[in-house]
Amino acid sequence: MRCSELVRLVTDYLEGALPAPERLRFDEHMAACGACTAHLDQMRTTISAVGQLREADIAPEARDALLRAFRDWRTQPT
Amino acid sequence: MTSFEPPVQQDDALVIAALRAGNEAAFSQLIDEYNGALQRLAMVYVTDRSTAEDVVQETWIGLLQSLPRFEGRSSLKTWIFRILMNCARSRSRKDSRSIPFSAAFTTDDRDDGDPEPRRFRPGWLPGGGHWLHAPTRWQHDPEQHALSVETRTAVLLAVAALPPQQREVITLRDIEGFGADEVCNLLGLSDTNQRVLLHRARARVRRAIEPHLAVSV
Repeated sequence: MRCSELVRLVTDYLEGALPAPERLRFDEHMAACGACTAHLDQMRTTISAVGQLREADIAPEARDALLRAFRDWRTQPT
Repeated sequence: MTSFEPPVQQDDALVIAALRAGNEAAFSQLIDEYNGALQRLAMVYVTDRSTAEDVVQETWIGLLQSLPRFEGRSSLKTWIFRILMNCARSRSRKDSRSIPFSAAFTTDDRDDGDPEPRRFRPGWLPGGGHWLHAPTRWQHDPEQHALSVETRTAVLLAVAALPPQQREVITLRDIEGFGADEVCNLLGLSDTNQRVLLHRARARVRRAIEPHLAVSV
């Protein structure tokens, strides 16, 4: 497996979508190639960096408006 | 594509029953759980924050209105996000400033077919397919430390700049933590297509944050 091929397969690898023989070739290449190991590590870091965009704040006014809507809905169920 | 739908959770049935019974705390909890995620996904389709907020409000109202008709054929989560996408779809038809929804779904994301250009020796040279500049380990572990404001901004901008389908997929998968099956289901993608879009999206974001995390030698 060439480095360029490994890089193309990184997501399939992380998703567990590689057929067993290809997964083996991937692991064998990784064991011997520091650059590709660093690349895989960078991809994992990227994924968790994107995950840090998660945050769930709702403006208090918006929340109040929704709860009012819920009360209205409750008193007039469709 | 798989037509796998996660089975309706027992929890879902309880939440639905509580909502139908008019339990305000249940609704409030649902808002806490999903509002942020809905807001971020809405930003995939409309350009400004306040329009996205409107879309999310419409989604919650839409949920209340269709509550009597919810049959539990999909999970509550998938159902809520489907309502959001319908709201975003009709909003974007009305709002000329936003990305046309048709574009979000017909844009050919293949225009950036190689997300890793010029990183390898050409295949016809000796040593073809090997790194031109070997990547190095980044000296940062976001699981241990929060990102700096600069890096966080770079991630945010990189995601915002992605082609629409890639943005949808990476938002749902890597920000909201949806499973691959849920995303295929929600967006009507095949497994393979979902992975291709995810791969390109991640590769682009990686490239965008590299200058922030690579250690200068």
